Amino acid sequence: AASAPKPLPSSGPKSLREMPHPLATSSSEEMGPALTPSPDLLLPRSIADKDLSLPNGTPVDTSSPASSSSLLNRLQLDDDLDVETRDLFVTVDDPKKHVCTMETYITYRVTTKTTRAEFDLPEYSVRRRYQDFDWLRNKLEESQPTHLIPPLPEKFVVKGVVDRFSEEFVETRRKALDKFLKRITDHPVLSFNEHFNVFLTAKDLNAYKKQGMALLSKVGESVKYVTGGYKLRSRPLEFAAIGDYLDTFSLKLGTIDRIAQRIIKEQLEYLVELREYGPVYSTWGGLEVELSEPLEGVSACIGNCCTALEELSEDMTEDFLPVLREYILYAESMKNVLKKRDQVQAEYEAKLEAVALKREDRPKVPTDVEKCQDRVECFNADLKADMERWQNNKRQDFRQLLMGMADKNIQYYEKVCVT
Amino acid sequence: MEDCLAKKMEITVSEAEKRTGRNAMNIQETYTAYLIETRAVESQSEGQCAPVESLWRRYSEFELLRNYLSVTYPHIVVPPLPEKRADFVWHKLSADNMDPDFVERRRIGLENFLLRVASHPVLCQDKIFYAFLMQEGGWKEMVNETGFHLKADSRLKALNATFRVKNPDKRFTELKHYSDELQSVISHLLRVRARVADRLYGVYKVHGNYGRVFSEWSAIEKEMGDGLQSAGHHMDVYAASIDDILEEEEHYADQLKEYLFYAEALRAVCRKHELMQYDLEMAAQDLTSKKQQCEELATGTVRTFSLKGMTSKLFGQETPEQREAKIKVLEEQIQEGEEQLKSKNLEGRDFVKSAWADIERFKEQKNHDLKEALISYAVMQISMCKKGIQVWTNAKECFSKM
Repeated sequence: AASAPKPLPSSGPKSLREMPHPLATSSSEEMGPALTPSPDLLLPRSIADKDLSLPNGTPVDTSSPASSSSLLNRLQLDDDLDVETRDLFVTVDDPKKHVCTMETYITYRVTTKTTRAEFDLPEYSVRRRYQDFDWLRNKLEESQPTHLIPPLPEKFVVKGVVDRFSEEFVETRRKALDKFLKRITDHPVLSFNEHFNVFLTAKDLNAYKKQGMALLSKVGESVKYVTGGYKLRSRPLEFAAIGDYLDTFSLKLGTIDRIAQRIIKEQLEYLVELREYGPVYSTWGGLEVELSEPLEGVSACIGNCCTALEELSEDMTEDFLPVLREYILYAESMKNVLKKRDQVQAEYEAKLEAVALKREDRPKVPTDVEKCQDRVECFNADLKADMERWQNNKRQDFRQLLMGMADKNIQYYEKVCVT
Repeated sequence: MEDCLAKKMEITVSEAEKRTGRNAMNIQETYTAYLIETRAVESQSEGQCAPVESLWRRYSEFELLRNYLSVTYPHIVVPPLPEKRADFVWHKLSADNMDPDFVERRRIGLENFLLRVASHPVLCQDKIFYAFLMQEGGWKEMVNETGFHLKADSRLKALNATFRVKNPDKRFTELKHYSDELQSVISHLLRVRARVADRLYGVYKVHGNYGRVFSEWSAIEKEMGDGLQSAGHHMDVYAASIDDILEEEEHYADQLKEYLFYAEALRAVCRKHELMQYDLEMAAQDLTSKKQQCEELATGTVRTFSLKGMTSKLFGQETPEQREAKIKVLEEQIQEGEEQLKSKNLEGRDFVKSAWADIERFKEQKNHDLKEALISYAVMQISMCKKGIQVWTNAKECFSKM
């Protein structure tokens, strides 16, 4: 994109707008160049230009008026990203165990199909292990700090003695990793991230990783928001609301997780009893003459019930619980992003205050301040966009999830009925 | 049977009432009294309704009735009473005798007992039974006057017979084994069923928590709110539905329990047979030994070793007169013994015949009843599943609208 990207409309907090900008008169022009990423945002130029525009090249701001209905418009934008315009497809499958001298681990095949110009080939197939996914996520967090990065399945096995190499565990993880990549693929900004590209295409990811590390140590840390000292004056309402929402949301999900686990536990105990129940009818049947057939029948039915119940519990464990956990992780990472946002705003406010106190016009500070403001505005907008997308997706996910749960239960009952 | 009382008369145990009174030891106690209502079934073609007679009885009177019947008709498999104390309970059910659910189920059990007795071709004709239904006052005295207590066999005697009998009818031995096994398998079944019910209750009730959390969650959601809320409602319905389901299942459990107790009645008949058979064998043995004694005295030969023989050898024989007297006595005893043996034999054969007839009748009844019970149990399960499908389908619809 040769032209300078237009300024991002600030659907952000009014308070910032109301604060006198030291360079108020020439704000629009000044903001222009300041908007291009500063050197301490470690983004390669080519990607940065596209950072704020959609795959089809239109800048983000054209469709949004200055009002808060920009939220709605972002929704519309998302709809535009529907299947027809999709040009990147990623899948995770085919887990394989590798036994080396030092360790044993699992790799997954990551297949990519695309028509995007950023990719040299239309198809790629690479093998990646969990470590690589973790690296990717960290890289994304670093390079796109203002965006919500989807969560990864947990690194370590949390509860109980679960075999890392058991089929169920590997499959659950595979599904989660697949979802992770798909979510990034669907994101209009993240999917163009360079690291993501490399992740999908590089034959030797480790070499790239090392290279990346070297660069980093040279230029210094990427976006690091200094904590300490900056107190947020007032959190804009909508972000406070989001924060509250996330808190309650994680709480409720946590509760649902516990309930679901309890139900599964109770079901398993029920199953234990049922397993004893069935054979007693058989024994009785052996005792009788005329009644033996019906008694055997009952026994067999109960056996079928046991099987159906087992399947139900398995399905719930494998499909339902992981998604709940994933969203809890998601909420956690979102809260972190919110915190960062707060810090950025705090920094901005503090710097603004500092400037206001001084009468002099120091060139460095305004840029600094502007940088902060940019970040904040960037942040806010991105966050908003992401939230909406997230909400939508979440809604769909849960819909599917709970319907699935209902379905499973229905299936269970139908099976029992039939017997 | 056409002549059954059950056909001629409607019998119900319609009510139960808590009473307090003084018992035999003049101590205050609370008990439950049951109202028995009877009405003659006349031809009601002209729309005329016979008057309803009623009286109150308590459980101990039922017990007395049953004891009387068991003793008086030892060859009959006498229907059992519902349990005295709540057994095989799962946690929600109370084991308290005063608990209204327990009282209600007992009322049904007592009614069932009366109907069974009234439909039995032999038992229904009993005068004491009739009086139990119709005559409130003085019934206890009437029962006691029959002196049935005296006819009762002591437990010890029966136990002894069971061990010592040599030649019982094979069919009774088999039947005894069968009733033992039946008792054991039904008890086991009831115990496991109670545990199953307990667990199932747990599963359903935990779903109720979903209802609450969905409701709370829906408060913070925008588009998802309504769907969640209504789905939560369905979860509550689901959780609540288990109460009715399990109550119905109790009925099934009661039907099984009846046959559990019936097994005991079967055993009682077998025991009676063994007792009679043992009695017979003892009498025969006694007779044989007397005959032998007689022969020995008459012929003067000592066939087998006996202390008497030894002492007489040592201390001299008896006089011929003494011997004659003894022989006379023995011959009388032998004659008596032979008659007794004959009648015992007859008794025994009669018993076996009539007992076996009743046992066959019982078997048919049992097969029929249990088959029906199993079918209705299956129907119950299917209905439970259908309800489950309904609830989850509703919930699914709610979710789809999210």
